[in-house]
Amino acid sequence: MHKQRLVVIGNGMAGVRTVEEILARGGGEMFEIVIFGDEPYGNYNRILLSNVMNGSQEPEEIFLNALPWYRDNQIRLHVGVRVSQIDRIRKRVVAKDLVEPYDKLIIATGSRPFLPPIEGLLADDGELRPGAYGFRTLDDCSAIVRHARRVKSAAVIGGGLLGLEAARGLMQHGPAVHVIHLSDALMNQQLDGPAALMLRKSMETMGVGVHLGKSTQRVLGDEQHIHGLQFKDGSTLACDMVVVSTGIKPNAELARSAGLNVERAIVVDNQMLTEDRDVYAVGECAQHRGMVYGLVAPLWEQAKVLADHITHKDRTAGYHGSKLATKLKVMGVELASMGITEPAEPDDEVVQFSEPRKGRYKKLIIRNGRLVGAIMMGDLEKVGFLMQAFDKNTALPDERLDMLFDLGGPTKKVTYDEMPADAQVCNCNGVTKAKIGACVQDGNRTLKSVMVSTRAGAGCGACKAQVGELVSWFCGGAADEDPSANYYVPSIPLTRAELTRVVKERNLRSVSSVWEALAEGRIDPSAKPALASFLSIVWKGEYIDERDARFINDRVHGNIQKDGTFSVIPEMPGGITNPDELRRIADAADKYAVPLVKLTGGQRIDLVGVAREDLPAIWRDIGMPAGYAWGKSYRTCKSCIGIDYCRFGLGDSMGLAQALEQRFRGLDTPGKLKLATTGCPRNCAEAYVKDLGVVAVEGGKWEIYVGGAAGAHIRKGDLLCTVDSEDEVMTIAGRFVEYYRQNAKYKERTYTWVERVGIERVRALLVDDSEGICAELDRELEAAVAATYDPWLERDQPKTSNQFKLSLKVVS
Amino acid sequence: MTTHKLGMLTEIPEGEGRTFTVEGRAVAVFRTRTGALYATQAECPHRKGPLADGLLGNDTLVCPLHEWTFDLTTGAPRLGSCGLTVYPVHEDAGALVLTLS
Repeated sequence: MHKQRLVVIGNGMAGVRTVEEILARGGGEMFEIVIFGDEPYGNYNRILLSNVMNGSQEPEEIFLNALPWYRDNQIRLHVGVRVSQIDRIRKRVVAKDLVEPYDKLIIATGSRPFLPPIEGLLADDGELRPGAYGFRTLDDCSAIVRHARRVKSAAVIGGGLLGLEAARGLMQHGPAVHVIHLSDALMNQQLDGPAALMLRKSMETMGVGVHLGKSTQRVLGDEQHIHGLQFKDGSTLACDMVVVSTGIKPNAELARSAGLNVERAIVVDNQMLTEDRDVYAVGECAQHRGMVYGLVAPLWEQAKVLADHITHKDRTAGYHGSKLATKLKVMGVELASMGITEPAEPDDEVVQFSEPRKGRYKKLIIRNGRLVGAIMMGDLEKVGFLMQAFDKNTALPDERLDMLFDLGGPTKKVTYDEMPADAQVCNCNGVTKAKIGACVQDGNRTLKSVMVSTRAGAGCGACKAQVGELVSWFCGGAADEDPSANYYVPSIPLTRAELTRVVKERNLRSVSSVWEALAEGRIDPSAKPALASFLSIVWKGEYIDERDARFINDRVHGNIQKDGTFSVIPEMPGGITNPDELRRIADAADKYAVPLVKLTGGQRIDLVGVAREDLPAIWRDIGMPAGYAWGKSYRTCKSCIGIDYCRFGLGDSMGLAQALEQRFRGLDTPGKLKLATTGCPRNCAEAYVKDLGVVAVEGGKWEIYVGGAAGAHIRKGDLLCTVDSEDEVMTIAGRFVEYYRQNAKYKERTYTWVERVGIERVRALLVDDSEGICAELDRELEAAVAATYDPWLERDQPKTSNQFKLSLKVVS
Repeated sequence: MTTHKLGMLTEIPEGEGRTFTVEGRAVAVFRTRTGALYATQAECPHRKGPLADGLLGNDTLVCPLHEWTFDLTTGAPRLGSCGLTVYPVHEDAGALVLTLS
């Protein structure tokens, strides 16, 4: 195939990221690629310049693509070459002694520091005078550092994000540092008044001079040296050097002289195309719907859309603007900011916490139940959740306080800068911060690939969010998005809803038929149990149960122990038993020499350490149904003693627990499902922290809580609704279980799932029947319940040959 | 080199594995859904998990205890830090035949 010529002007983060995205879509086969860069280097991570300046990283550490990368991908790179003209008529790009024709052109020229009109700031040649610097390139950075080491005092004009980073860097090199800001508040783009004041105090404590509301009029000094600054109010400040950081100016001149539409920057449409259909612009030089973005996240999104479009991978892909959220550390103060900083509409809800003594400040602005702005300072423990809620515009939990603090949650995280390299992040698999870093260095830039290589986050899963944050921290704030994260199983590119449709349409009722039909017969063994659970939920009684698709626990109906023995837990609804059952259990424990008899957390009795070959016989002797204590399924319903004996009891919690267990036992669910009922709000059965918990309250009513947890994760359940009768509890609980079965990801517990869907939506769907799905859910659950059975009956009718034997005898 | 007739193929359910003790060695034998046969050491080198209880793919096995994953054709680890000893195994008139060297 004849290759088209693709020329990219700009070897910065936007240009090269876009090329990477194009290559990832097979663009290497379609295009002969040429990149121009006016800096004499390969491509580096500009975001980390402040680390180079403060000495925490060496310049070579921030390079993204070394020269061999260009060679390996057959990209011709012109470094240190500034393009002087785009000739759109003849479709070619002209540099000093170079002409490169193009079929497609990408302008990624970025931006440069905006220089305010200050007298004496520029030398006669129009460049910054000696002693004055912008803060934009690796060269700026090294020049600033060299100069700072020789002087007593340095001033930074501009108290925005970048200005404060520059100030932090300067401090490392000796001089006294002053920050001059036009506004009355530092970082006024990202912070409100109280937060800015707190930041100012922290900075002053560290010895930075902060000068607010000052408009710089003149740079004082002679031709060679700067002596100070003079402000509009007549005051002056002595200093020996100046760093200007008052915003950016898009590099759009080249595009303008080529006749392209340029306003503040180069105007592009949703495909990042200019009005010339062969010319794209991306990054800080592009203006989309009136916005010019100076942060890295929007750039990543733009690069993907551009690549989808130019490679024809997805011509309908569109960029629709980015919501701005930043998380950073300024002068040792951790802060995060997203969206607006002050309420803007009469009904905007503000939730605020302030503790100046400790430098902690939190503020949320909520509109119609969604997050439209947030400032977090000094304590970022909830910021991951908030950023996601802001970005995805999801419904917020009703309990606003939970969004500010992890009440009773896991211990507080240290920042990733402070976290020691040998700190263990994943306690299940013993993975340290350093190990994750090394894995990212090896080219694993997604959470999933780091999890696969290191096993971090693949145990109990409690640290998964933190591992994800560390991966993006090691990637300099921009981990790659893993498309398979949205698939039901990673090896089949379909979401759960799509997969449901396809298996119904094609009548795929067994796990092996799914691999045959949708994965060309390539079996992903780790994903077999997920498909088995899924198909049993979709097909119920018509599911073809291939036992090899199930985890060993589901083949022999017990929980495998580290020595290959199993545990036996009979059903015991509500924790209620009787002397007859207890005698049988005791006799069985004696007869089979069970090494450990233990009460479980779910109010049942566990016989631990039973040999696999003994399982059928011990089940027969006990004569009780299976307790399903091994699977991703309904597990148990705890209860307190309720109304008959307890002097506080308000409702029959034991009776309800038995009814719930009889209804749900044996149902496959995406993750474990643990229930509790309790007879009064004293909550002895811990119903507030269950996947589904029911609490009797005065007046014959029951409160239903969902999405609670008290295991690897701690969360109080959300109140779904209050109902008047036990029958209604059964109905609503049934809908919740069935809706969860049909919609959650595999192994996604209700505490994550309810948060993701939002309790308001769950309530609207299941209590108010806002979309008319309840009757269907009730029917589906009925059919699912009808298909359940007691698997311990397989003691007499095994499903497979040698089902309860691991070792077979050799014939000869 | 000695060959051993272990038993009938159908004693191992499709897509699963079982173990046999041959010449004092514990060997796991796997029968994939596509009809391939593999034999390896019976215990996972990590924490001695019973490999025959693992999840079986076309030529991949995942240990049931901590998800170490192995290439059954070579025994090499796909996830984990050391591999398995593998043995030749084939079917002869419906019977499983293992070869030990």
